[in-house]
Amino acid sequence: MATKASKGKTYTILPVTRVEGHGKVTIHMNDAGVVEYARLHIVEFRGFERFILGRPFWEVPVMVQRLCGICPVSHHLAAAKAMDRIVGGEQLTPTAEKIRRLMHYGQMFQSHALHFFHLSSPDFLFGADGTAESGFAAPPAKRNIIAVAREFPKLAVQGVMMRKYGQEVILATAGKKIHGTGAVPGGVNKNLSVAERDALLKDVDQMTAWARSAVTIARDYTMEHLAELAPFGSFDSNHLSLVRESDGALDLYDGVLRAVDKDRNMILVDVNCQRYLDVLMEEVRPWSYMKFPFLKELGPDHGWYRVGPLARLNTATFIDTDEAYTAHKEFRELQKDRSNNITMCYHWARMIELLHSIEKIRELLLDTDLQGKELLTSGPRREEAVAIIEAPRGTLFHHYRVNRNDEVTMCNLIVSTTNNNEPMNRAVTKVAKDHFSGRREIPEKLLNYIEVAIRAYDPCLSCATHALGGMPLVVELYDAGGGLVARRVRGAGQPV
Amino acid sequence: MDGNRILVIGYGNPARADDGLGPALVERLEALGIPGLTVESDYQLSIEHAAMAAEHDIVVFADADGSASEPFYLKPVGEEPPGSFTSHSVAPGGILRIARSCFDASPAGYLLGIRGEVFEPFTEGLSPAAREGLEAALEYLPRFIAEHRGQADAADPGGATC
Repeated sequence: MATKASKGKTYTILPVTRVEGHGKVTIHMNDAGVVEYARLHIVEFRGFERFILGRPFWEVPVMVQRLCGICPVSHHLAAAKAMDRIVGGEQLTPTAEKIRRLMHYGQMFQSHALHFFHLSSPDFLFGADGTAESGFAAPPAKRNIIAVAREFPKLAVQGVMMRKYGQEVILATAGKKIHGTGAVPGGVNKNLSVAERDALLKDVDQMTAWARSAVTIARDYTMEHLAELAPFGSFDSNHLSLVRESDGALDLYDGVLRAVDKDRNMILVDVNCQRYLDVLMEEVRPWSYMKFPFLKELGPDHGWYRVGPLARLNTATFIDTDEAYTAHKEFRELQKDRSNNITMCYHWARMIELLHSIEKIRELLLDTDLQGKELLTSGPRREEAVAIIEAPRGTLFHHYRVNRNDEVTMCNLIVSTTNNNEPMNRAVTKVAKDHFSGRREIPEKLLNYIEVAIRAYDPCLSCATHALGGMPLVVELYDAGGGLVARRVRGAGQPV
Repeated sequence: MDGNRILVIGYGNPARADDGLGPALVERLEALGIPGLTVESDYQLSIEHAAMAAEHDIVVFADADGSASEPFYLKPVGEEPPGSFTSHSVAPGGILRIARSCFDASPAGYLLGIRGEVFEPFTEGLSPAAREGLEAALEYLPRFIAEHRGQADAADPGGATC
């Protein structure tokens, strides 16, 4: 279970709560009790890439949603984009592209709302010891949406209703919540009726107001606690995302790959997605199930990068919706010409994207192309395709080969959480070095510090079954020789 | 009011074999067209289900249970106490608590656990044990719904097992 530290003590935190699936953190100390490094171990399922082999390509956009109950829409759309190229239909009709974008912004909106209000807000609202005076790690009894609902009911209602609204956008465009079928190779299978449009338009003003308020909460919290937040789990890094090909604007659905370094110098200049293997590689490390992607030209030591909201706001030249444009400029002011490398700024960036998403949803709902009748297109067949999309948690790669019998013969996925593997390990190490050295136990507050650092990335370690009785939190402490010193289990309704 | 508004939420991932018992139950219930019954299925419970729960008098949370000894059980579920850990998903008791805190609604909650044995990823279909549990639950649940639709007060004898 625990990784033995040579001549040292290993603390194991297994699995991490409020991130999905099974994760484990080991903290490696030397004989002097000083933290040398920490590791985040994630059990990543690679089974889908084998499971899908031999299946007809048109099944893939539906089948791939089985990867994840957290962000099925991102996988659905990424697979559909790849299959567009297989059928030669990557130049979608206006109706098809706008329906898909609406679906995608609905996913982004609900996912970001869930993360902020459900997972992160307890840290903001209650602080380390429940007083909101000492940072961002709430005590266990308050570290959940239930405590937020009890003490800040209006805020909790906003979170619930924003999440619900995003789900309604998805339902209207994907057809159903489980195994949605809206996007098909070369287009979509339905448009948006006037009744569906009007139902969504009815609440869009309220959603925009709440999203605006969420940006304010995240910004004010960040600025008021900047001295504490800036070093927390932070480190200089590269940042990678899609940007719009024509002008470098933030584009969550499609574009070209761009990366900037810690000083916001461009280190990957708007590369066509079909060429991702020319510029990216994945490193295998013996202690981790999950790979470590990096930019080929810089190598594994210097070429790793962050993805997700923070990275996107660093790479994008600007944001093309009014309110998010202004919010982005204000965000950029914090670090002037440098990249923003403050890990806890992920939350502020996420809320700016929340606001951008609802602005885009409104823009799309007012576009009559959504009621268009031309839903599908096709062209010369291809046997290989790459598609990249910006999922809520970061850049998501799908790569397929299909034979002449329409069967999938190769599948390679690089999911957002894999792209953030190295950064999450560095964030955990930074927190462990700053707070764990010299300790012989894991106080509850420091346990949450580790989680706070990981949670900033909103990792999706999903695909683990959630069935009743599953997923306890286990904390194990081993001595220098690898012997188990202590073990604590936290389950539903049962604090450690 | 015509009677108690009853909601059945079945949750789980159908691509993980018996983990899909909740959605499978909902699909079959929907086909029965039971008057006054609202059904919902999803990969997992999340906070927005609290808004839906708040619009009903009785909520049945249907899920697979890998540790159940009987084909199914139905038991009352209360609000989740503070202090439990959370993830992207929410437990049934958490849904009830959010419904009360956010929407001032206190639906009666029941947990329908259906026995499952196989939870492997990318495995389709239900195991024989899961199919047995599903059929037993489907045989019982319409009676439960009929009995409870007319009760203004959802005080319950305490559930059932099979």
